Amino acid sequence: MQFFNAPTVLSVTQLSRYLKELLETDDILQNIWVQGEISGCKTYSSGHCYFTLKDAESQLQCVFFKNARLRSSAPDLRDGMGIAAYGRISFYERDGKLQLYVEGVELIGEGALFLRFEQLKARLAAEGLFDENRKRSLPSQPAVVGIVTSPQAAALRDILRVLRSRYPLAEVIFAPTLVQGSEAPASIATAIDLLNEQGEAEVIIVGRGGGSIEELWAFNEEIVARAIARSRIPVISGVGHETDFTIADFVADYRASTPTAAAAAAVPDIADWQIDLQTKQGELTELMVELLSDLGEKLERAQRDLQRANPRSLLDRRRQQLDDTAILLQARLQHILSLRGERLSGMALRLHALSPLITIARGFAVVRRDSDSAIVTSILQTHPGDALTIQVTDGSIPVEVRTI
Amino acid sequence: MESLTFEDAYAKLEAAVTALQDGQMPLERALQYYEEGMRLAQYCNELLQKAELRIQQLSVDSQGMIELQPLDLP
Repeated sequence: MQFFNAPTVLSVTQLSRYLKELLETDDILQNIWVQGEISGCKTYSSGHCYFTLKDAESQLQCVFFKNARLRSSAPDLRDGMGIAAYGRISFYERDGKLQLYVEGVELIGEGALFLRFEQLKARLAAEGLFDENRKRSLPSQPAVVGIVTSPQAAALRDILRVLRSRYPLAEVIFAPTLVQGSEAPASIATAIDLLNEQGEAEVIIVGRGGGSIEELWAFNEEIVARAIARSRIPVISGVGHETDFTIADFVADYRASTPTAAAAAAVPDIADWQIDLQTKQGELTELMVELLSDLGEKLERAQRDLQRANPRSLLDRRRQQLDDTAILLQARLQHILSLRGERLSGMALRLHALSPLITIARGFAVVRRDSDSAIVTSILQTHPGDALTIQVTDGSIPVEVRTI
Repeated sequence: MESLTFEDAYAKLEAAVTALQDGQMPLERALQYYEEGMRLAQYCNELLQKAELRIQQLSVDSQGMIELQPLDLP
């Protein structure tokens, strides 16, 4: 065939065969490694696998035949995996495509990490390390909180900020660690072990802020997973962002999405307690007012009874006593009522300063029986059909007892 | 009262509320419960407001013993 001295015209097949021959006689192209990311990966029922290997600027069609796959015991390929593929370049005449005929692949970068992640996860899951019934419940009010993270990282500041605002009653034991790099896994595991050995922490937060998958990798290492699993103290993981899941998250007793969320999960919020204390003060005052008005009524009744009674001298003496008591009571009642006024305005200011959502969630109400205005504190005091009034901060709600 | 922990003070506060709810007691006793309850609630509030997070750093000395040292962190 003559190619450079036209007018020879080639058929497509002739050209394709020429290209194929050219490629297949090139030593470099017949024994080549190519690195890129998999996309458009499809494995057919025949067992042959087709995909495109690409990088930022170029792409290359690849075919990985069943036999080659079995021979090389390659991992399952998925879109997004970074691989280095080994094989030969040839031309597929039917489709006019230049292709890499893959003989074997090795995972690199995130692809390799991903595979290790999946393998470790499967192995630990099979061991039962992620079982729900292994998860310990978190203490509701830990006196001592252990923190395992880097002293330099923003994660530590985030955690301390949340602990300070939510629960400054706590004591923190900070076990500093590396959180990335080859020594990080052993460092994290040692810190968890040391907190257990020291023994005072009632809950441990293990965390670090967001980063690339490589930067978060320490939390996917088996040594860290095992340290969390053997910790006698419940562990909260808070690694990376909401979308990052690490092996540590699966083993931890509680998985928080971020270090900040981990701190919030570790302790109660004293804002709730402060509202509760105000509620209790209101309750005490209500009860006292109730008690005093009951006594006042009794006193009035006794006075009426006495007026009907004899002899006169006794009556006078009793009347005198009653008057004294009534004055005393009146003074107490006035005092308490004015106190209550101050407390209530104080409470209103405090409540206003707090989150309205929390406030709404905390309804405080007094339930009274309409027949005699008695405060209902037990189901024994009411019967079906009784009319009751629920007194809330801004008014009253009349209700009827349906069933007890 | 100054030596009471938050938990102890809160438990006593709850007891005062419960006692008053029961209601069967002389006026003087009721007033005692009331005033003590109000004081306890105030005391608990002050404890919460005064509380400051204490931070200690854990380390291991050359003999392999665990040490805790106060840490001043912003």
